[in-house]
Amino acid sequence: MAVRVNPTRMELTRLKKRLTTAVRGHKLLKDKRDEMVRQFIIYIRRNYELRAEVEKAVENVSVRFSLAKAQMGALRISEALLYPARAAVYKVDERNVMSVDVPTIKYTGEEETTEIPYAFTFTSSALDSAVIDLSELLPKLLELAEVEKTCNLLADEIEKTRRRVNALEYVMIPEFKSSIKFITMKLEENDRASLVRLMKAKEMMAAAAAKADKDRMASAR
Amino acid sequence: MEKRKIAVIGDPSSVMIFKAIGLDVFYEERKNQIEKRIHSLAGQGYAVIYITEKAAVLAQEAIELYATATFPAIIPIPSSEGVLGIGMKKLKSNVEKAVGADILFKEG
Repeated sequence: MAVRVNPTRMELTRLKKRLTTAVRGHKLLKDKRDEMVRQFIIYIRRNYELRAEVEKAVENVSVRFSLAKAQMGALRISEALLYPARAAVYKVDERNVMSVDVPTIKYTGEEETTEIPYAFTFTSSALDSAVIDLSELLPKLLELAEVEKTCNLLADEIEKTRRRVNALEYVMIPEFKSSIKFITMKLEENDRASLVRLMKAKEMMAAAAAKADKDRMASAR
Repeated sequence: MEKRKIAVIGDPSSVMIFKAIGLDVFYEERKNQIEKRIHSLAGQGYAVIYITEKAAVLAQEAIELYATATFPAIIPIPSSEGVLGIGMKKLKSNVEKAVGADILFKEG
């Protein structure tokens, strides 16, 4: 046995209490882990879809942007994009998913998302379509950020919880059980020993009394 | 609800276009510059940092540092040279971490 414990009744009660707590904690953590994995799978599926979509779309936009750059020249294009489209401010908040704080992000600007921030005179149409596509992609980009961060955090938390569950299941609980067993055995052994000692003492006393009786009878005769 | 901003880091030809939709764009291409930029943006309270996969590879450690915080969310996006698969790899490693095996995207 790894841990030496005092084989006393007090220690036994204490250990039993700790065992009940550990078993209860184990059950709760296991439930938490199961639920987190369930949620995680929902999120990760969404994450996968979004990422595939966003990657394809961003690549598409990039291609058209390079086309526009080729048509207009690098200088013109940076000039056209110099002025930002709008003051993009986002409302962010934290949401609690299974005791993990995950971000939520919302765009709070004008509803018009397909506004082009430059004059059309010197720009190529490839740039226009790239910008429009990207604006339409923005909600997806935001959702991707939200979902991907959620997945990251959930994965971390799941790993932690699983470690805790395993530590309880395979280390703490067996250890308590073996300690409790050790103490009960020891106490029972003590009981038996004292019982045997009592019986032996009684036997000896009875034998001594019998002998004394016999002697008295002999001397009286 | 707090109001925060969103940034994009990468080489000019990949991320310049993001200016048109109102994100804050930073052109960084060298490892220590990218790392510096990530730290300073995180300090300024940016909610999301989109970073090109090319830049993300260089600044791996800085990104890991913010992995456990709620903000900023650092999200890799493809650069003008195409998809490198960094984002998908991260996604898969998350699945493996959480479930123990890649049970969702075996085909990929």
